[in-house]
Amino acid sequence: MIGEITHLRQLEAESIHIMREVAAAFENPVMLYSIGKDSSVMLHLARKAFHPGHPPFPLMHVDTTWKFQEMYAFRKRMVEESGMDIIIHINQEGVAQGVNPFSHGSQVHTDVMKTQALKQALNKYKFDAAFGGARRDEEKSRAKERIFSFRTKNHRWDPKNQRPELWRTYNARINKGESIRAFPLSNWTELDIWQYIYLEDIPIVPLYYSAERPVVERDGTLIMVDDERMPLEPGEEPQMRSVRFRTLGCYPLTGALESTAATLPEIIQEMLLARTSERQGRTIDHDQAGSMEKKKQEGYF
Amino acid sequence: MAHHSDLIETDILAYLKSQEEKDLLRFITCGSVDDGKSTLIGRLLYDSKLIFEDQLAAVSADSRKVGTQGDSIDLALLVDGLQAEREQGITIDVAYRFFSTDRRKFIVADTPGHEQYTRNMATGASTAELAVILVDARKGILTQTRRHAYIVNLLGIRHAVLAVNKMDLVDYDRQIYEHITAEYEDFAEALGLQNIHAVPLSALTGDNVLNPSTAMDWYDGPCLLDILETVDVTSDITAGPFRMPVQWVNRPNLDFRGFSGTIASGTVRKDDPIIVSPSEKTSFIKSISTFDGDLNEARAGQSVTLTLSDEIDVSRGDLIASSESPPETTDQFAAHVLWMHDDPLLPERQYLMKVGSTSVVAAVTELKYQVNINSLEHLATKTLGLNEVAYANFALEHAIAFDPYKDVRDTGAFILVDRFTNATVGCGMIDFGLRRATNLTWHEMDVSKETRAKQKNQKACVLWFTGLSGSGKSTVANAVEKKLQAIGRHTYLLDGDNVRHGLNKDLGFTDADRVENIRRVAEVSALLVDSGLIVLTSFISPFRDERQMARELLAEDEFLEVFVDTPLEICEQRDPKGLYKKALAGEIKNFTGIDSDYERPENAEIVLAGGDHSVDELTDQVLALLKGHSYI
Ligand SMILES: Nc1nc2c(ncn2[C@@H]2O[C@H](COP(=O)(O)OP(=O)(O)O)[C@@H](O)[C@H]2O)c(=O)[nH]1
Repeated sequence: MIGEITHLRQLEAESIHIMREVAAAFENPVMLYSIGKDSSVMLHLARKAFHPGHPPFPLMHVDTTWKFQEMYAFRKRMVEESGMDIIIHINQEGVAQGVNPFSHGSQVHTDVMKTQALKQALNKYKFDAAFGGARRDEEKSRAKERIFSFRTKNHRWDPKNQRPELWRTYNARINKGESIRAFPLSNWTELDIWQYIYLEDIPIVPLYYSAERPVVERDGTLIMVDDERMPLEPGEEPQMRSVRFRTLGCYPLTGALESTAATLPEIIQEMLLARTSERQGRTIDHDQAGSMEKKKQEGYF
Repeated sequence: MAHHSDLIETDILAYLKSQEEKDLLRFITCGSVDDGKSTLIGRLLYDSKLIFEDQLAAVSADSRKVGTQGDSIDLALLVDGLQAEREQGITIDVAYRFFSTDRRKFIVADTPGHEQYTRNMATGASTAELAVILVDARKGILTQTRRHAYIVNLLGIRHAVLAVNKMDLVDYDRQIYEHITAEYEDFAEALGLQNIHAVPLSALTGDNVLNPSTAMDWYDGPCLLDILETVDVTSDITAGPFRMPVQWVNRPNLDFRGFSGTIASGTVRKDDPIIVSPSEKTSFIKSISTFDGDLNEARAGQSVTLTLSDEIDVSRGDLIASSESPPETTDQFAAHVLWMHDDPLLPERQYLMKVGSTSVVAAVTELKYQVNINSLEHLATKTLGLNEVAYANFALEHAIAFDPYKDVRDTGAFILVDRFTNATVGCGMIDFGLRRATNLTWHEMDVSKETRAKQKNQKACVLWFTGLSGSGKSTVANAVEKKLQAIGRHTYLLDGDNVRHGLNKDLGFTDADRVENIRRVAEVSALLVDSGLIVLTSFISPFRDERQMARELLAEDEFLEVFVDTPLEICEQRDPKGLYKKALAGEIKNFTGIDSDYERPENAEIVLAGGDHSVDELTDQVLALLKGHSYI
């Protein structure tokens, strides 16, 4: 009697299968790399999928210019370690217009510096497939997302026109100008991701671990004062608190969590004992109900 | 149970260690509307503590607003709250949910759609290892239950659990339960379903879902979660013969040449003898390479890279298999096909078939029968519509290696893709090969197409005229042929008159018959080109697919598509045979341009503006085209 393949090994095998399929069936794939923990896992899996070769596609980071400093340092390190090429795309029009999360609000900032920027980059490099690290368990509306998610020439997701997906047999046919987003982590949960990072000793940005960091409290959310661009309100004084982050994005839009969990097991422990789902840390979702759905149609992940 | 493990608090490291051993079960829940699918999944998610507080808060608020459970929370809302979808009328198809216990992680395919139920259920079932079939204890086995069991069996799921739900509403009555299970066992056996379990439960109260029910002490079997946690699904796929479709050839440097893929069935060991299909070359496994080092053995479900001891040609789409039990290869097989698109399946139409990592052009040569999935009766049919299932013969452009679906899912399953829209239009399960590919080679004739054409002092080709009725196809084709004759070319004109009255007199004007009509015309044209003639065809040929098929029967540059683009209004005015009048009056059905589609060519070699030019001018344009391609 042979033992069973553990759940993490099955998820790993499925992700590798998806990546190989995309690499073989598309002419010009790219891996969207956001520096977060899901991207770390995705990158790790890509290296496994094509070992002993390098993954046959570049990484691309759509940079809003408002990421945490530690994320930029980590990005540099991972590019060196993986030996992969990276494209860093910034929406220069947005920069020229001075778009930022403070004066323009999270919606405009995200739309211009992330959604529009991503479209610009996809058009510029003519990628026909883009890997993304989204998971089905992140949000209810993602539960039905395909692994090969078809996008029109305008990068729109048409919920009425998605292809049925059976077995491991993916339909990779597209016409010129059309593209797909491929989600190799579709069937992973947040817990799986953490357990896998632990099992495989995958490097992640240190911000996930608790440390004393300068924060201010706004509308009940702890925001880290990561650089001097953060305008402080009158009387506001950054305080050092022991915090960590469950998700990483633009620092002014990412809420920190008070915690003392400084190792992976402690993070997992805290997560299992606490009962708040990770999307809560993302200010972007609070704007309106069903907003993920809308963002996806517009081309945001 | 669930994450109650005290270890989380007391010894997280020990807990994490124990988690590494967990395995995975993918299952599907099937049931009719209101049988309690959502409540059951909500219950499993809730009781396994995978619901977070913020989600719960949202659901509690919703429960008071729209729920069916008064002030207590409505578990169903945890899973079917696709608010945007409901508001926008988006088709809900398959949603995937996740929960886990200390023993297993679960992926649940949830198919709440109603109208598209067959298609969605098949999609969810294709990756499932187990099916939970729900029935409402008050209603018992319904037609839908039989349908669900049929699809479960069709998709090759080997483990089915009948969940008799809402036992609380029938006073936990043992007799009712036993009556239902007896009836179910009868037809499940008739279908050939193996490994049948049944559980009486209440999704609402949780009885026999996670914990044994005190209200049903007459039941001494396992509760639902026990079954889900312990059913053995690994041996299902590891027991079979070794198969690995090659996805990717890994060649990072001159010293390494590996073939990457996911093992579809069986196990493989270093030094095992293998055969590569369809080339039938043999070799041995030199190494099983992974990022984490070489393995001595790998098995179904693992993604690996194999190196071989001989330098043989292997590419994406090939199948590496055990040479002791090799797969069959064939270019014709019988299969069940499930149609998933609004445009019906038409026999003889060419679709792109994807099997494993290989793609091949394929067509249904015969629809043997349609299966009424409610009554299981066999019906005669000429086409296959959305959500319908049939048994059919397929012919492929070239031979592929395969296994019967019941033996190996991944090498016996296929999807069908429309060659123009690229939509996934159907899926199928191979039953058996109709003939072995006997390396049927063409008899090399001494006289070739080239020598025949040379004798006539010309190059052979087809001028394929397409356009609406009355657009002027035949008039122009006729004029072109006369000119060609005049300069000493050997020609033949095929049109409705000389074909519909003889070769194709058995065909009418339904979509299916039009496809067959054009297929025959295309084949005859190809033969005539082979005989060295310049062939002119004049048919409406309204569908892109069939024009493409005709094009592909010929060598590149031998097929010249002539699109006679005369506006519909002009064709209607001309109406040389009075057909438009009749069609508009409803006396003729399926008339192109009126109640049947004309799909405009996108890559015609020439477009003739029929309304604006005289026949002479159009004829000259066609002759110029022939000159341009040096046919004259
Ligand atoms: N009494 C009782 N009601 C149930 C049970 N399971 C589901 N229901 C109710 O049946 C209705 C339909 O359930 P739902 O889960 O939405 O069904 P679905 O359409 O199959 O997803 C709801 O009002 C549920 O509360 C059960 O075991 N007992």
